[in-house]
Amino acid sequence: MKMKLGTMAVAAVMAASPVMADLVFPSLSYRTGPYAAGGIPFADGYADYMNLLNARDGGIGGVMTSVPECETGYNTEKGVECYESTKGEGALVYQPLSTGITYQLIPKATADGIPIHSMGYGRTSAANGDVFSNVFNYPANYWNGASGAINYLMSQGDLAGKKIALVYHNSAYGKEPIRTLEDLSKKHGFKLTLLPVDHPGQEQKSQWLQIRREKPDNVIMYGWGVMNQVAVQEAANIRYPMEDFIGIWWSGSENDVLPAGDAANGYKALTFHGVGNDFPVFEDIQKYVVDAGNAAGAGDQIGTVLYNRGLYAAMLAAEAAKTAQEIHGTADITAAMMRDGMEALEITEAKMAALGLPGFGPEFNVSCANHGGPGLVGMTQWDASAKTWSLINEFAPSDMDVIQPLIDEDSAAYAAENKIASSCK
Amino acid sequence: MFYREAGDFSTSYPEDSQTFPIRFDRYRYYLVLFVAIFVIPFTINDYWVNSIFLPFLIYAIAAIGLNILVGYCGQVSLGTGGFMAVGAYACYKLMTSFPEVSMLIHVLIAGLITAGVGVLFGLPSLRIKGFYLAVATLAAQFFLVWLFNRVPWFYNYSASGQISAPERTVFGIEVTGPNTEAWATYLFCLAFVIVSAVIARNLTRGAFGRKWMAIRDMDIAAEIIGVNPLMAKLSAFAVSSFFIGISGALFFAVYLGAVEVGEAFGITKSFTVLFMIIIGGLGSIFGSFAGAAFLVVLPVVLKLVGVDWLGWPTDIVAHLQLVIVGALIVIFLIAEPHGLAQLWRVAKEKLRLWPFPH
Repeated sequence: MKMKLGTMAVAAVMAASPVMADLVFPSLSYRTGPYAAGGIPFADGYADYMNLLNARDGGIGGVMTSVPECETGYNTEKGVECYESTKGEGALVYQPLSTGITYQLIPKATADGIPIHSMGYGRTSAANGDVFSNVFNYPANYWNGASGAINYLMSQGDLAGKKIALVYHNSAYGKEPIRTLEDLSKKHGFKLTLLPVDHPGQEQKSQWLQIRREKPDNVIMYGWGVMNQVAVQEAANIRYPMEDFIGIWWSGSENDVLPAGDAANGYKALTFHGVGNDFPVFEDIQKYVVDAGNAAGAGDQIGTVLYNRGLYAAMLAAEAAKTAQEIHGTADITAAMMRDGMEALEITEAKMAALGLPGFGPEFNVSCANHGGPGLVGMTQWDASAKTWSLINEFAPSDMDVIQPLIDEDSAAYAAENKIASSCK
Repeated sequence: MFYREAGDFSTSYPEDSQTFPIRFDRYRYYLVLFVAIFVIPFTINDYWVNSIFLPFLIYAIAAIGLNILVGYCGQVSLGTGGFMAVGAYACYKLMTSFPEVSMLIHVLIAGLITAGVGVLFGLPSLRIKGFYLAVATLAAQFFLVWLFNRVPWFYNYSASGQISAPERTVFGIEVTGPNTEAWATYLFCLAFVIVSAVIARNLTRGAFGRKWMAIRDMDIAAEIIGVNPLMAKLSAFAVSSFFIGISGALFFAVYLGAVEVGEAFGITKSFTVLFMIIIGGLGSIFGSFAGAAFLVVLPVVLKLVGVDWLGWPTDIVAHLQLVIVGALIVIFLIAEPHGLAQLWRVAKEKLRLWPFPH
């Protein structure tokens, strides 16, 4: 058995060796399990954009890209296996799309010198690049999201004395915003109720019964996968007003609201990038990727919220790779060079327009001290009759007076625990 | 022809009652040990350790533990994930409270703590059995996971509720944290596996094991011939939980490095270990290893063949794995209830008679 396995592994490595010269962007995807509804469109968007770069521009700086995909099933054990099996291929950056796997990979990838980009998820305090040298979570993180939701609600009216319920996935991911919301509730005088939902989130009757009883003025949700659909359906069942129900960006895709039908009309979700397929880049994707028969997956996700997010993640990775190529003067970059590129990344409106994504996301710069970007958060709303999300509030800043001390505190604790020296000069 | 006891004479009782009475078997066992200790550590890299060897070794300990309870003592348990979580959280609390103490001690104490918890949850087994006991242990599974999620003391009040293993050493060599060497973690786990297997094998051959098997085969008859069911059942729960606790501690500290209780130690973990001993063979130490190896290696092989060779989409391969494992469980339960271990035994019998089976 061992011999057989050994020969198989050797054969697999040999089969993979022609792609060694490419720029490798492993995609730790999940197309199975209770979180597949979120994993599929993201992985498709990520792969399609890299395919587009290969077909249209001949790769990045003349070097072709490759996106080896590895199925994690949102499971941390498989995530470790995927990380170990792909890192030998010259992986430039990991985007595991799972907070649990991100937590796992932070120490490993830092020791291996490979950057992680956890865009809008992962460990929020990784925004402090001084401590987390190899982890990036620009352009926005969970705490920006929590604060953005509260800011939006405050723009609708005073929050003092109001009740806000947080329905969250009972995991590292869902627990992230609690501390921020608690601080904000002290600052603005609203009452916070915490309602955890256990994995995978199909059972939420008791949580929504409590919401029905306590009648909170607003409900904020940090859900993912099948939990989102169930929550929107339950909210509709108890006739909770959808306008008062706000999801984080991971709870705001078409998959989450479509099952509830018309009842989901008016449901709101945060976002940190543009929605819809009204961008020039989609014509290119149609022409170079879909018509060429290279669309990832079933090819039916193009233009959905999470597809766009995968596309955005790929775009940011490609731009960081370009930046790295410029800094180091070589097209064939390594993971360490990629890290430098990510740290020097500048996204301007002119750049996005040139890529066919005008106004798709906020402009921002990454620096050594700030790996988290500006934390600008927009608000979208679901229109059930047109079946579209629309941006109802422009990208607005979040309350960094509350968030920055929390980031500093949490990252300082991590640095002390793991004896990490300051990495910024 | 090659594999036979002819010419193999025992001249003393210990020789006659040793674990591997046939010389060929014994040499094979020494060879496996030699390869595992002196060859593999020099040849493995991160990928082999983290994808195959560590999960195999750690699951093997868990499977040995569960096999003692289910296979030898006949007490069906679905609480394996919960008990592994006890081991992991006990290890975490010990690691963070006493950073200067060797990991070896932490893991052992974590096992002892789990043994205590296991005895506690084993108490209902004195009154209920079979299907109802399975439900009671299922309650333990859910209660323990809920407890570790609910009480912040267990995860040192971290914001995310995750526990992550800081760097700790054994004899000055790092075995946890990100900067470990592949061989160090491998040998650390291997040491636990070898000691666990030897202890388990000898326990099940001795008076304890006979009492457990008597209880398994017919508890009333066992009581009549003088087996104390209280002692037998609770000792089975204690020993089983001890091993499961050790595997949970290693699973968290050495293998994953950071865990989230609901995700890493959920009900699926209990079923995975149960499937391991069903496929491997109930009531067999070798079966625990075979089952663990099978369920750890199968997904990796499927991925190598399906994704890397044949270029199939990753989701098809992932689904295929579920289908294959499910089908195998059904097939084994129908065709070979004693699992891979029985196939191995039959093969050995055939080999002994070969080439003249009559």
